[in-house]
Amino acid sequence: MADEKKFAGYICTGCGIGERLDAGQLETIATRDGKMQSCRQHEMLCSKEGVQTIRDDIANEGVTHIMIAACSRRAKVEAFNFTEVAMSRANLREGVIWVRPDTDENRETTQEMADDYIRMACAEVKFMTQPTGSGEQELNKQILVVGGGITGMTAALETAAAGYPVHIVEKSGVLGGHAGGYYKSIPTRSPYAEPQDTGISQMIADVEANDSITVHLNSTLARTEGAPGRFNAEIATESGSSETLSFGAIIQATGFKLYDPSALPQYAYDKSADVVTNEELEGLVMQADGGPIKRPSDGKAVESVAFVQNVGQNSTEENELPYHSGIGDMIAIKQAMYFKELNGNCDTTILFDNLRTPGAAGEDFYRAGQQKMITFSKGAVTEVVPGSTLEVKFKDLILNDDATMQCDLVVLDVGMMPNTGPDPYAQLAVEEAEDEAEKEKARALLENAPPSILNLEYRQGTDLPHLKYGFTDSHFICFPYETRRTGIYAAGPTRRPMDMRQAADDAAGAAMKAIQAAENAGKGRAAHPRSGDLSFPSFRKEGCTQCKRCTVECPFGAINEDEKRYPIFNEARCRRCGTCMGACPVRVISFENYSVDTVGQQIKNVEVPEEWDEKPRILVLACENDAYPALDQSAMNGVEITQWARVVPVRCLGSISLSWITDSLNNGYDGIVLMGCQKGEDYQCHFVKGSEMGLERMSKVGDTLQTLNLEPERVASYEVAITDIQRAPKLINDMAETVQNIGMSPFKF
Amino acid sequence: MTELNTAMIEQYRNSFLQEVEANVEEGEWVKMCMQCGVCAGSCPLGNAWEHPPQEIFMMIRAGKREAVLSSDSMWMCTSCYNCISRCPRGLPITHIMHGLAHYAQRLGLVPKNQPTQRFAQMFWQNLNKKGRVNELKLGLSLYFMNGFGEGVKTSLKMKDIGLGMLKTKRMAVTEAFGGHGVKDLSGFQKIMKKAHELEDARIQKSGN
Amino acid sequence: MAKKEYSFYPGCSSQQGASSSNMQKSVETMCEELDVTLNQIPDWNCCAASIGYGGGGELPRLTLSARNIALSEQHNTGQDIVATCAACWLATREAAERFHEDDGLMAETNQALAEAGLKLKNETPIRHMVEVLIEDIGYDTIGGKVQRPLEGLKIAGYVGCQTNRPFGIAGESFENPMYLDKLVETLGADPVKNYDKKVQCCGGALAFSEPEKSQDMIKTIIESAYDSSADMIVTPCPVCQMNVEIYQDQINQRHNTKFKMPVVYYSQLMDVAFGRSAKDSALDQQVIKAGKLEALAKK
Ligand code: SF4
Ligand code: SF4
Ligand code: SF4
Ligand code: SF4
Ligand code: SF4
Repeated sequence: MADEKKFAGYICTGCGIGERLDAGQLETIATRDGKMQSCRQHEMLCSKEGVQTIRDDIANEGVTHIMIAACSRRAKVEAFNFTEVAMSRANLREGVIWVRPDTDENRETTQEMADDYIRMACAEVKFMTQPTGSGEQELNKQILVVGGGITGMTAALETAAAGYPVHIVEKSGVLGGHAGGYYKSIPTRSPYAEPQDTGISQMIADVEANDSITVHLNSTLARTEGAPGRFNAEIATESGSSETLSFGAIIQATGFKLYDPSALPQYAYDKSADVVTNEELEGLVMQADGGPIKRPSDGKAVESVAFVQNVGQNSTEENELPYHSGIGDMIAIKQAMYFKELNGNCDTTILFDNLRTPGAAGEDFYRAGQQKMITFSKGAVTEVVPGSTLEVKFKDLILNDDATMQCDLVVLDVGMMPNTGPDPYAQLAVEEAEDEAEKEKARALLENAPPSILNLEYRQGTDLPHLKYGFTDSHFICFPYETRRTGIYAAGPTRRPMDMRQAADDAAGAAMKAIQAAENAGKGRAAHPRSGDLSFPSFRKEGCTQCKRCTVECPFGAINEDEKRYPIFNEARCRRCGTCMGACPVRVISFENYSVDTVGQQIKNVEVPEEWDEKPRILVLACENDAYPALDQSAMNGVEITQWARVVPVRCLGSISLSWITDSLNNGYDGIVLMGCQKGEDYQCHFVKGSEMGLERMSKVGDTLQTLNLEPERVASYEVAITDIQRAPKLINDMAETVQNIGMSPFKF
Repeated sequence: MTELNTAMIEQYRNSFLQEVEANVEEGEWVKMCMQCGVCAGSCPLGNAWEHPPQEIFMMIRAGKREAVLSSDSMWMCTSCYNCISRCPRGLPITHIMHGLAHYAQRLGLVPKNQPTQRFAQMFWQNLNKKGRVNELKLGLSLYFMNGFGEGVKTSLKMKDIGLGMLKTKRMAVTEAFGGHGVKDLSGFQKIMKKAHELEDARIQKSGN
Repeated sequence: MAKKEYSFYPGCSSQQGASSSNMQKSVETMCEELDVTLNQIPDWNCCAASIGYGGGGELPRLTLSARNIALSEQHNTGQDIVATCAACWLATREAAERFHEDDGLMAETNQALAEAGLKLKNETPIRHMVEVLIEDIGYDTIGGKVQRPLEGLKIAGYVGCQTNRPFGIAGESFENPMYLDKLVETLGADPVKNYDKKVQCCGGALAFSEPEKSQDMIKTIIESAYDSSADMIVTPCPVCQMNVEIYQDQINQRHNTKFKMPVVYYSQLMDVAFGRSAKDSALDQQVIKAGKLEALAKK
């Protein structure tokens, strides 16, 4: 980085900016107030010539910091991509002219808004440095896959096919996982009418024949440490030997276990050998070896079979699964077809409550089952009576009748449970439980925690954090593979219940993410959602009080501690959310391009008019992931925003420093609106916990307001979705109304 | 036809569904119903059905032979085709209802004095006599005669209607003597006789 | 315009002195105006409508239609079969489709037909008169023939069941078909928008066997027309026309209503609009006189 800083401003007059605003005045503000050493106007800054002007200044004039006053920072990012300088953007288009009416009486306040955004952008860029990466980055293309079932093998094959070497660590002595013991699988190809070959043997053969894939059977991970690009994993075998290898990224594909129906006596699972789970049936079919399927008790070929669906699933009862695995009905159809294939004219009845055969493929398979004369009865099974023929008692839910049927074999549709390690936050859950009952539950979870799988040497626990019911945490829709440990991707039924085809798709997705993570780590760039960002948090050690807030609050377990309990930031594990920065009570954490100052100075440089001018100022801190784009969208739709608002994008609500709030209140702002993503179990927060941490922190703003003797309504925080294009502006306008009602802040100097 | 009934019971002891598939018009569709209930909500005479189509299909699959075939329900079908146009599975529900009704009649299981059954039978006989329906004779039995059975208690009231039709020349007394009919009556009757034979043979075959 | 020829299947109720002879008369007038020739299928027989199923099983019933189609193919070779009665159209078209799908049935029906020296090729499209009007003639041509626009008439277009389902008119929805309204508009009258009971069942053949249940439904059809201040109801279907028209007195007695709602055929509207007399339009055969339409016909 050049020692000498040189600041240049660029004001675009295109897109109607020039017509609506006095560009000359903006230029004066940029040079006089904003202290830009030069400032140029251009009628279309994003055009080739416009961009070239900037490039020329950087090349010939030694410009190091640029302020672009044009459209939103989310627009024209390709045109304004100057990696060698620090850059800020004043949002005159979406932020000002598009949200204000073009009328004479509004001209003055619209110009004032624009003036402020110029001041803010100038102040921001002054406190920024162009990030260059940590220098610790390493490119390690080797990928570790934990688990050798369908998911693991698919991930390995996909990774290898993309040219990256893979190691599979499999606990058991064979590859194939559950599916290795299945007769056939649910069809994945049109016409979706017959069970098809599982493809497992072929897949195992492919893995074994692939030079880029190394398989470690009877092996587990004894220890994993490091960060993306430089994970070191100790692979231990059952025999006691071990070796440590390094990897760029990790895929956890540890699959599932099945619910044990012994807990439900009404199904007589423990009393009769002829009551089996759907997975055990696969075993019986394999044993039959192409002949008729025989029942376990006496080896009689099965002449009638009942499939009892939804056993111990989707339930509110204690000891049953609160969720449904979603694929049991497709499995039942598949297995009923086994009997039609192998047992002649066998009666097959599927007793279901809600038949789940999703998608066109599911519908076709269901129809195929009906064509093959599988009987589908909507009935709730109340009891299975053991005996030489079994009696199944059920309530016929269509005819509202109590009914019974006799059969040779009963197959129970039991649900899938994730095979994950202990939740790193189980201890925290006990501590944070709100009442005794909840504490009790949390404690039970902690005590019955499964053994570790990854054995991570992270300050925040040995394994991937859970979301619910033991499944690993990831955003279900937006970034499904991205766990809360950067560079470690979960795939398959360890993430959510799924079938073989979905698991294979999932594995391919996770493989791509793992490759991307390894590549990014090699360049020192952030992963999702700030992908490409080279900045990373650092802290001023002299100021640190070793309070641990940062290590506790980091949603991604990126920060370890040294012996003296100072934080160690692992930049490759960091997602750049800034939650640590917002958490630090002594404000010693910062990024090169984002810090307490880059935002704090924007707040300070807004002109706050005297009280009697009756021009309030409302500070809006909007999360850049959802709230800020929502505001851009509403601007595009011409939704008005009050002329008193000044919007500052932040990385995450979690990054908001309390000092920004206190400072703005002290500086005479009349209201503050905070907008972040939805928190909680069904969170939308791109940093998983950031929004929750931030909102939690903001709940303490009340004290500040009290000491200043200010009304609590002056600060409001909201969860805003990217689709809230009417609501987001309204929340800001509501604050203007609130201020109107309670009056201006007395703190204007 | 109780003999046929016994034969059918004998043959399809275990599966009423298979019996329906083999003997009822469009019966092979019954297994494809997915029990969504759309048809049940579509019948215009909905509340007159003891068992709406959805339920009938379920009952067939549950082997409730007696209850289905002696039911009054399928005789409530007005042939409005609402169900057919709405069924997401494309079942020809109307035809299955007609088919079940006909099969029940063939086996002699229709409830006594079911008015639609009686009318349908009368209609069929009327048309077969001359190849075309003689509305007067059909109408006479309906409008002017009190003896259509318990089902039509209002038959006397129908008199006025008949008179209205006569006045507007939409009913002709001349029909009572001869009236319309196909010219090649013997050919027509031969065709129908053959068609009946072929159909009976098919069902007898399945009943043995 | 070139003369259009069709093989016509009138059906039992269209015969002279039968319940929809008024439709037959008005259709004849309409075809004169539109230059359409209808060649009756020689010696056609009854189709068994949708009530024949009780006595007639699948094969005998479908064979009735097979005979008609075979006769048409033999004598009116190459001409589309056209029916004006919804039940006739439906039964015939259904039979044709079933024979297409089921080779066994096709063989058996031909075996039966052979008894009278007939043979079914089953190559003939089976169409409804409304399809002919919309697809072969078109609203524009119809509009062009209007000499006496039906101004000031508010008309509820009652499509009913069988003209509409399961086949219907191409491009129309089952739940809210629009062609009848478009036709009414083309003739210069004012169609009732959103006529609630447009596709309500009138009871069909069950109007005979289950009169009370059917009349309850018919009542809603008439009521809804009154609610939208319609002057009359128009329908393409003879079963609908008869059921909705002739039971009004009985409904009045049972429910204490004062219904007197004329129910006419689209063809009658067209005849009057084309400038023909009340008699040519068979308005004299209404059980409930369509006063306003008659008045127009006199102008
Ligand atoms: S898109 Fe942005 S940079 Fe381009 S002309 Fe418009 S405001 Fe200026
Ligand atoms: S809190 Fe966010 S910014 Fe801070 S170390 Fe963790 S991931 Fe990185
Ligand atoms: S939050 Fe700040 S003061 Fe506390 S340990 Fe982290 S860096 Fe140090
Ligand atoms: S609408 Fe069709 S699928 Fe649904 S219940 Fe009726 S017949 Fe079955
Ligand atoms: S056609 Fe028959 S079964 Fe179908 S909705 Fe109409 S009345 Fe009901």
